[in-house]
Amino acid sequence: MRMNSIILGLSAGLLSSTAFAGDVRVMWYSDGVEGEVIQDLLNRFMKDNPDINVILDNVAYKVVQEQLPVELEAGRGPDIARVTNIKELADHWLDLTPVVADPAYWQTNFGDQFDWMRPDGSKVIPGFMTQLTLTGGFVNKTLFEQAGVPIPADTATWDEWVDAAGKVQQSQQLNAAFAIDRSGHRISAANISYGANYIGGDRLPAPIDAGTKAFAEKLVNWVADGRMNKEIWVSASGTTYRAGADDFINGQIAYYYSGSWQVANLASKIGKNFDWVATGSPCGTAACTGMPGGAALVAVKYTKNAAEVGKVMDFLGREDIMREFTERTLFLPAHKGVLAGKIDYKTDDENVKASLEAFLKASGKIAPNAAALPAWKWGTPVYGALVTRISQVMAGELKLDEAFVRIDEDIKAQVAEASK
Amino acid sequence: MGDVRNGIATRAGAMILAPVGWLANVFDAPLRMLQRRTGSNGMAVFFLAPNMLVFGIFVLFPLVINILYSMTGGGALFLGDRTFVGADQYGRLFSCGSYLDPKSCTEDLFWIAVWNTLAFVVLQVAMMVAVALVTALVLNRELRARSFWRAVFFFPVLLSPVVVGLIWRWILQRQGLLNLMVFEAGGTPVNWLVERNWAFTATIMVSVWAHVGFYALILLAGLQAIPKDLYEAAEMDGTRPLRVFWRITLPLLAPNLLVVLVLTLIRAVQIFDEVYVLTGGGPGTSTLFLTQYIYEVGFASMLRNPGLASAASILMGAVLVVLTLIQLGIARRNEQRGKMR
Repeated sequence: MRMNSIILGLSAGLLSSTAFAGDVRVMWYSDGVEGEVIQDLLNRFMKDNPDINVILDNVAYKVVQEQLPVELEAGRGPDIARVTNIKELADHWLDLTPVVADPAYWQTNFGDQFDWMRPDGSKVIPGFMTQLTLTGGFVNKTLFEQAGVPIPADTATWDEWVDAAGKVQQSQQLNAAFAIDRSGHRISAANISYGANYIGGDRLPAPIDAGTKAFAEKLVNWVADGRMNKEIWVSASGTTYRAGADDFINGQIAYYYSGSWQVANLASKIGKNFDWVATGSPCGTAACTGMPGGAALVAVKYTKNAAEVGKVMDFLGREDIMREFTERTLFLPAHKGVLAGKIDYKTDDENVKASLEAFLKASGKIAPNAAALPAWKWGTPVYGALVTRISQVMAGELKLDEAFVRIDEDIKAQVAEASK
Repeated sequence: MGDVRNGIATRAGAMILAPVGWLANVFDAPLRMLQRRTGSNGMAVFFLAPNMLVFGIFVLFPLVINILYSMTGGGALFLGDRTFVGADQYGRLFSCGSYLDPKSCTEDLFWIAVWNTLAFVVLQVAMMVAVALVTALVLNRELRARSFWRAVFFFPVLLSPVVVGLIWRWILQRQGLLNLMVFEAGGTPVNWLVERNWAFTATIMVSVWAHVGFYALILLAGLQAIPKDLYEAAEMDGTRPLRVFWRITLPLLAPNLLVVLVLTLIRAVQIFDEVYVLTGGGPGTSTLFLTQYIYEVGFASMLRNPGLASAASILMGAVLVVLTLIQLGIARRNEQRGKMR
């Protein structure tokens, strides 16, 4: 009997959750140096709050994208997570209203993005954006100068940008003129600049329109004529994400379209190898917009330590902490107070300062159709279908018209499946 | 000297086996009692039970769950939260104008993956068996440093598939090692992983490189089991080497070749990891194989469709069951032949 009790006790101990009272587990991914910065800030928090032990799990972005949703569906997961698929998982976030010290502070400083993170119609406080992001272009200034090609103006169209980069490609004998990340989110900025609108009257995805078709056609032609780097889009199937940052860092392309989150990465890897700068988003026929977005720090509703989670979130959401985080990570801030004040980015790199200014300036040109997407539930299937099918056209497997039909069918099927 | 060594070995063996003996003694009495109560058949059940339990929990139960999932729809993870849709997912997979034309199918990517997998299986299996046979024949000869060469061919088998994929990606990418060599030799670099046919060929070559050592080992064992006197007799008769190969080596190696063939077939149908790392299924969908399709539909896509992924995996599982039954049939036939001899 006694032996049975011991065995049962041991089994229960082994099978029980590893979370103890006072433990707060944070799942975190990094694009640049933010993992080190947040660890530093959390160490400071733990020094002031010795009764709370914050464990930072640095994971790959793929883990957040693929494994976290499964954990959440199973009613498990970390206490806090840094995520980008915020809207799709909105049902799993904890309402911080009862556990933070001053909900009004949160409403004032982070309230503009709450709808990006919570189910439609909800009024909860789900977390805050660790940074805002905006898609935009980067130019290798040195290559442009060496080629004697002037950098296009703010109002230049996509065609003008690609033509200019193409001249640099020829002059400098580059493998490609430019690259765009293999991501539906990235090309959506250009689609919207050509007049695309994804959201139908019923808030369900609208059939893809002339704006999307116009830019898709350009994209395919640019791959065919060798100006867009074929490898990024063609060398994978399905919705696989591929960034073109390495080609830009290695000076193999003159122009790279990605987003503000790349600034710290480019700064640390390019160093003094060449001059570069961010340029905002090229124009289409309807706008010169980038796609807004960002990463959010959200609390998970399955936490067993909600009070401690509230304290951690309160600390990280503080204006001075957010300011420090922003200045050290070289991100665009989401905190209204930080945004209103002066941001002293901790870098001597002139390329970085100019790039961040360019992104701040471009944030004033976001088109309404683009601004609506982060809070829209069905962005993901649209992005996925665009990438999958346009890549197939680039690889010569589909014709554009066939791809457009497939994109609509894919989106419709995914929405129908998710609505069951 | 030899006696001393033997003495040490015997003592070491005794020390290692001592706890086993002690355990056997501890369980001896209760097991004897159990055998008296349950009989020999009962003991068989008793000893098989742990294995069957593990098999049930980790194989049978997930299989049943998978079948149930394939009959449900929606994005929810838990079976209880999912909508029963009967055979709809299978209907979706088989909804085609012509199975030979994936574009005419509702789930065109599934059929692209099916045809890609079929092409891969045919080409890779043929190449794998041929290369493994040649490798085994070479390694069976009296070579200098024969053990070293055997280790060299077996080494890739020890590598993780992800490592294999990464190594070859570094070699084959546009600015990789292979293109550097081509360039240095005065040739024009090729985008091996972006050109359709090259990428498909690369997946075959890489998987052969990674696994051939294992199959060569099976064949080598077969070669070494062929009685030497047959070769000596052939030599005395002045038989040409090619005839020796066709008349002696190949017929006597046939059972091993069949095992290799079936194992390679099963492994080829399941191909995923190294190809996923190497090409990601691209360019376009030219190296998208069935397992990757299932993975993407069920896990990687933001809006997961576990029902469709389960249905596709059940169909793939059915193919694997057929191949496994063939393997079992071969193994049984070989066993019977062995008994007759």
